[in-house]
Amino acid sequence: MSTRSVNGSVDALLEIRDLRVEYTRDTGAIRVLDGVSLAIHPGESLGVVGESGAGKTVLVRTILGLLDPPWRVVSGSVGYQGENLLAQPESALRRVRGKEIALTTHEPRKHLNPVATIGDQMARVVQAHRSASRTEARARAIELLRVVGIPDPELRLRAYPHELSGGMCQRVVIAMALAHSPKLLMGDEPTAGLDVTISLQILDLMRDLVRDFHSSLLLVSRDLGVVAHYCQRVAVMYAGQIVEVAEVPAFFAGAIHPYSRRLLRAAVAATSDRRGTLSSVGIRGEGRGASCPYARRCPVWIERCTREEPPLELVASARWVRCFRHAEITAGLEAP
Amino acid sequence: MTARVLRSVTSEARHLARFSRSRPGFLVGLGMVALTIFLAAFGPHLSPYGPEETLPGAANLPPSVEHWMGTDISGMDVFSRVIAAPRIDLTIALVSTAAAFVGGVVLGVISGFFAGGRGIWGRLSATIVRGADIFQAFPVFIFALALVGFRGPSIQNVIVALAFLNVPFFLRLTRGAVLHVRERPFVDAARCVGGSGLRIAFVHVMPNALTPALANLSPTIGFSILLASALSFVGAGVPIPTPEWGSMIAIGAPNMMTGQWWTALFPGLALGLTILGYALVGDGLRYYLDPVNRR
Amino acid sequence: MTGASVLAVQALVKHFPVGHGRAVKAVNGVSFQIERGEALALVGESGSGKTTVGRCVLRLIEPTSGAIAFRGDDILTMTAEQFRGRRRHLQLVFQEPYDSLNPRMPIGRILDEPLMLAGRGSPAARLSRVHDLLDMVGLGRSFIALYPHQLSGGEQQRVGIARAIATDPDLVVLDEPTSALDVSVRAEILDLLVDLQARLGFAYLFISHDLTAVRRVCQRVAVMYLGRIVETGRTDEIFERPLHPYTRALLSSVLYPDPAREQARFLLTGEIPSPIDLPPGCPLYARCPWSRPECDLSVPPLEALLPDRHVACFRAREENGIGPR
Repeated sequence: MSTRSVNGSVDALLEIRDLRVEYTRDTGAIRVLDGVSLAIHPGESLGVVGESGAGKTVLVRTILGLLDPPWRVVSGSVGYQGENLLAQPESALRRVRGKEIALTTHEPRKHLNPVATIGDQMARVVQAHRSASRTEARARAIELLRVVGIPDPELRLRAYPHELSGGMCQRVVIAMALAHSPKLLMGDEPTAGLDVTISLQILDLMRDLVRDFHSSLLLVSRDLGVVAHYCQRVAVMYAGQIVEVAEVPAFFAGAIHPYSRRLLRAAVAATSDRRGTLSSVGIRGEGRGASCPYARRCPVWIERCTREEPPLELVASARWVRCFRHAEITAGLEAP
Repeated sequence: MTARVLRSVTSEARHLARFSRSRPGFLVGLGMVALTIFLAAFGPHLSPYGPEETLPGAANLPPSVEHWMGTDISGMDVFSRVIAAPRIDLTIALVSTAAAFVGGVVLGVISGFFAGGRGIWGRLSATIVRGADIFQAFPVFIFALALVGFRGPSIQNVIVALAFLNVPFFLRLTRGAVLHVRERPFVDAARCVGGSGLRIAFVHVMPNALTPALANLSPTIGFSILLASALSFVGAGVPIPTPEWGSMIAIGAPNMMTGQWWTALFPGLALGLTILGYALVGDGLRYYLDPVNRR
Repeated sequence: MTGASVLAVQALVKHFPVGHGRAVKAVNGVSFQIERGEALALVGESGSGKTTVGRCVLRLIEPTSGAIAFRGDDILTMTAEQFRGRRRHLQLVFQEPYDSLNPRMPIGRILDEPLMLAGRGSPAARLSRVHDLLDMVGLGRSFIALYPHQLSGGEQQRVGIARAIATDPDLVVLDEPTSALDVSVRAEILDLLVDLQARLGFAYLFISHDLTAVRRVCQRVAVMYLGRIVETGRTDEIFERPLHPYTRALLSSVLYPDPAREQARFLLTGEIPSPIDLPPGCPLYARCPWSRPECDLSVPPLEALLPDRHVACFRAREENGIGPR
């Protein structure tokens, strides 16, 4: 399954090719990422959506080489500036992490050191990739906190994470992520657990900063609403694979892959008062041989879906779908 | 219902088998534990000589073909006594640990579930904890000595002493787990469907709070064997002619000086290896039962 | 308190002491009523006190003051024993589908327990009822022997719902029933809740931070902020025309899965203040774009600005262009 870069274009900032990651237990290995190929371009914001278990967080952590056993990379590459990040030694990766590619996660408070002040933590981040004195690092920290909209940043330097609200912690984490103007900011569900009114502030902040810094944004989310308003392109993940990639307006006007369609329908249904006829009872998504992972739940499956695994194909301009029946769906002959 | 139990037991057994294959230490420990159980059951029958049989004129004989581990000062065959002793030690350890487990878990559930409450149950919980604190403040061995001293050396008294000693241990383990489990939503749910405090504590919370105590059963058995032997070593445990590793070491210790190493060494080795075996099993079980590693 | 109301909450207050004479003032005088067969939503973000209200109604927490009348009886004056007998009429669906089920109990036993404790007949009769319950929530009978970890999130929540309706309650409190579920499953659970209410006629108290979720299920909404109700009214009317600034902010923060649907943003600045040190006046004062100095002087009361619409805001009448009474 080696398509040329998923976008076919040469100027991808980060290019993931056919990535396979496993999780080993006493009872055997589970394939968590099963041939993921994806490209992100400079200055674009790409959304990765999927439900729990799809592999989104594992994908993001693999990019930065943050996988510990029992997870391990089986095959594939992550190309960044001509190098395969997965083949780099830890020392090289450390130069990339935080400086070129940065990550914010959900539950920001858990990712801050509870026994160090915000000032100390930010200073350490600043000094990680730049030789700076204590005063310089402190000044830079204050500047960054201001940029992310934290009032009275000089006072906040002495605060501990537990003294800050969830929204504030997330701002601090974003400030740390942007400390070295990375080319790619990855946000793993940055608004999970945050209140709705705060979430908007955080998302607006991320979007504006990424634009000001001319960086790219990879936004992982379970919320299609977030992707609709903050991303230019969207990639849908299911069972460790990318099943559809599209530009946002085209995707929301009409998704092609049956799973994408289901997700979209459910998201619309959950935010409206129209009734639907969905049911997910009794559907098990485990264990399959060479076949489409969605076949068991798919309303338009054919026999071929149970024998072969569909490749991710370019079906229209900037549109990739992993489904044997994409043509019929696009033509309106089938409406899964 | 029995069918369900059988099914879950067999699937657990299969998991356990797969797990053991990947951890050699666990298998070794399991082997030793199995050996001690086997000897406990059949030891006295397999011994070439009677465990308390004194052979006239055969005192202090070194290991030989007739006496694989030699004889001690009274002319008793060391090997026969070494393989007969597990019956005593294991019985003491198993019974006292089982009693301590039951007592400790029940008290741990009560003191954990009602901790912080204001009514009579809350006060009972606090009292139990204070009691456990007081118990544990005493050095283990001195305490055991005192208990046995009170009632005189005998197997029953050793069992009672050890049971008492280990109750606070299981109590604390269970209490800690209960304090966590009682915060989980399904406990609130049990309250919502009309369960009374005691019912929730024992039907809902306890089964989910047993893991720490269960994981420590095996090491506690090993420790109890050690303690029983230590008590017997100082003469406060199992009375002398009964074969028991600790008392055998006591009998043989003076002989080490005069060069008869076998009377103390073999029981000592047996004791050491046995405790190691139980510890290994305990370690393995603890890892196996850890919810992080399951499923 | 009318005779027909299933639940009547009056001036409910709950403060959690945190030492040094200070307290987390989670609920600060909340009053509302739910009629038979009605569905009322309690909507708010973290710190609003909505979850605490729900827990007080079920007496999982004891309120600091106030009155709660269930089917006419004041439940706060009952002893724990007396109330335990009432519990079968007053049930709760939890936020965490998996954790609300005892991991060591098979589904059949989980559903049998409320029936058994309520004395609902012989084991055979109860088993039959368990089958009915599973049917009602769209699960097959084979689920009886399964354990919670073998079910998906949506299925687990269906079990939670089945358990709640097992004893034919008059009121079901739903504590964020879909927040922990994947998006693709939320809609079907909400539809199930609507169906069950239509069939069985109980009332709902739906607690959520998600206004769009309550839309499908509830006819009336009460919006909470920092322990107080700031707006109540019919759901469709509130969606169409929110009057309180906080309600407007909540509604405009919803991100619909439709990039073309850009909303006029009504933004609140800053963070939610701490419920320990409440401001003297309107709780929204520091963040509200409409605020004037007068707003910080006293807490605005709930007033009827329109028929069947109560709003607690000094500025709402003027800002919304509603004439004087």
